[in-house]
This record gives sequence, structure tokens and C-alpha cells, in this order.
Amino acid sequence: MTTSTSKSTYLLGLTRALPFVIVVIPFAMLFGVVATEAGLPLSQTMAFSVLVVAGASQFAALQFMSENAPVLVILASALAVNLRMAMYSASITPHLGSAPMWQRVVISYFLVDQSYAMSNAEFEARPEMNLREKLAYFAGVSTPICPLWFGFSYLGAVLGDRIPSDYGLDFAMPIAFLAMVAPALRTPAHIAAAFVSIVLALGLFWVPLNLGLLIAAVFAMMTGAEIERRMA
Amino acid sequence: MNYTDAQIWGIIVAMGVGTFLIRFSFLGLIGSRPMPPWVLRHLRYTSVAILPGLVAPLVLWPAATDGQPDPARLAAAVVTVAVGYWTKGVVLAMLAGAATLYGLQFVIS
Repeated sequence: MTTSTSKSTYLLGLTRALPFVIVVIPFAMLFGVVATEAGLPLSQTMAFSVLVVAGASQFAALQFMSENAPVLVILASALAVNLRMAMYSASITPHLGSAPMWQRVVISYFLVDQSYAMSNAEFEARPEMNLREKLAYFAGVSTPICPLWFGFSYLGAVLGDRIPSDYGLDFAMPIAFLAMVAPALRTPAHIAAAFVSIVLALGLFWVPLNLGLLIAAVFAMMTGAEIERRMA
Repeated sequence: MNYTDAQIWGIIVAMGVGTFLIRFSFLGLIGSRPMPPWVLRHLRYTSVAILPGLVAPLVLWPAATDGQPDPARLAAAVVTVAVGYWTKGVVLAMLAGAATLYGLQFVIS
């Protein structure tokens, strides 16, 4: 394992993540705009983006805050939105769990939807990757995502509503996630898991705190695992 | 918004710490200890178990159209998945989906 291989794996991850810049920029700017309009000063808007680094939960917290919800309700709802990341953490552990503790702390901070989904797809597709290559790849995909999240939250907060809001950009995130997941539908087990996920997430959309998605995910994982076991 | 400055800082810091602990949970506590095969078998399906369910309501009931199903967005989602599935190309799938969305929005409007 040479340093140059690590470097090229890092650059590979970075290149693969570049298209997702299109998704992160409008989402981050929108958060800056909405937070500022809700009355947060720049320091608190930036603290949100830098400390939490999870867009959907940041929007959820703002929504509840503008309704003057009790603090505990805000925290419970916003953290429930992020519970899916415990599954990301479990899923990435077989690949990155043997890294030293300080690296696992850093990885945890950067474990967002995009960095998880892209890394996991690569690690599953290329099982021959060693730990250093996997770490380099993860660092690569995180590089364009997280700093842009911070930077464009800032721009959104500073520029405010001078930003045009309607170009169908709301749909950039769904398209990006679908584009990440479609190539991962490699086997009947993966397809069945995705199908169960969609049907149950829609059917359980009424469940509060976004918990319907977690229930759907658990059943979808069980479906995938069971089909894999029977076909093996 | 009716919170003191300290309360807002408290919310931000608590969310930051809580979210970090969620992300750190398994990676931090299990680390390199081996997990049983049945657990690993379930974990292999994490991303296909969450991401489709996460986007399905956004595709079917977009906030931009007040929750009304929108033909352009539905078509864009179908094209993205189809292109991603057959070509295995993430970028190609995103471009095809975006082209479908803008193309149909242009034709319909």
C-alpha cells in the first residue's frame, strides 16, 4: 500500500462527489435564508450548519422553533430525523471500524447521507479495498460536500432573499438520492428491500417524528437479508 | 420565535451533540469487533432500505406543488432510476433526471 494509491483513491472519491455539489449548494443556501428570515443571527445559523451538519433536521428544528414548540419537542423531533444515521454508522462499521478512535470520531462527524451512500456503494462494489483506501475514499467524498454546506449556509444567511427560489431545485435532492441508489439495485434482494422501503415509508408517512421511515427501513433490511439467505 | 438566546444556543448544541452521538454510535462502540453474519447480512441493505423511503414522499407529494403529484417530477424520478439501474452511472442518471424535469416543465408550461 503506497501513499500514491491512497492519493488517487482520495481523488477518485472527490471526483465522484463533485456532481453532488449541485444538490448541496441550493439546500445549504436555502437553510441560510430560512434561518435568517426566522430571526436567527448569523452566528447561530452558522453554528447550526457547523455543529449539526444535517440539513433535514436543521429545517425541522427551524420549523418547530417558528411554531414556538417546547425545547424538548424540538430536540426529540430533530434528532428523530437523524436516527437513520445510526443505521449508516452500523452499516459502515464493518468497513471503517478498525480505524483508530480519533479517525472514527472524525468520520462520525462527516457521516452525512451523501458521504455514507457513496462510500458504502464503493466499498460493496470493490471488497478488495483495504482500510487506508477506504479511509481515503471517504475523505475524498466528504471534501466537496461538507465545506460547501458551511460556505453556502453562510452565503444564504448573508444574501437573504435576493436568491431566486424557483427553478425546480427542490427536486435536486430526490434526483441525487435516486441516482445514488439505482446502481445499488444489484440483486433481487436489493430490489425487494427498496420496494418494501418505498411502500412502507409512504404507508407510514402519517407516523410522527419521521419514525415511519425508520420502521420502513427495518422491514426493508429484513426483507433484503431474508431473500439473500434463501437464495444463498 | 419566543426563545431566549441561551435557549437557542442550548438547542443548537444539544442537536449537535445528539447528532454526533447517533453517527458515532456503532462506529465508536463496536469498532473492529466482529459482528455476527446475520447482522452483517441486514446491514448490507441499509442504503437501499432508507434512501428510497426517504425520497418516495418527496417524489409523490412534492412541497413545491403543495403536495399534489406532479407529472414532470414523477417522470424525472422514473428516468433517474431507470438510467441509473441500466447504466450504473450516477452522474448520467442525475443528468437524465434533471433533463427530464426541465424538459417536461418547459413543454407543460
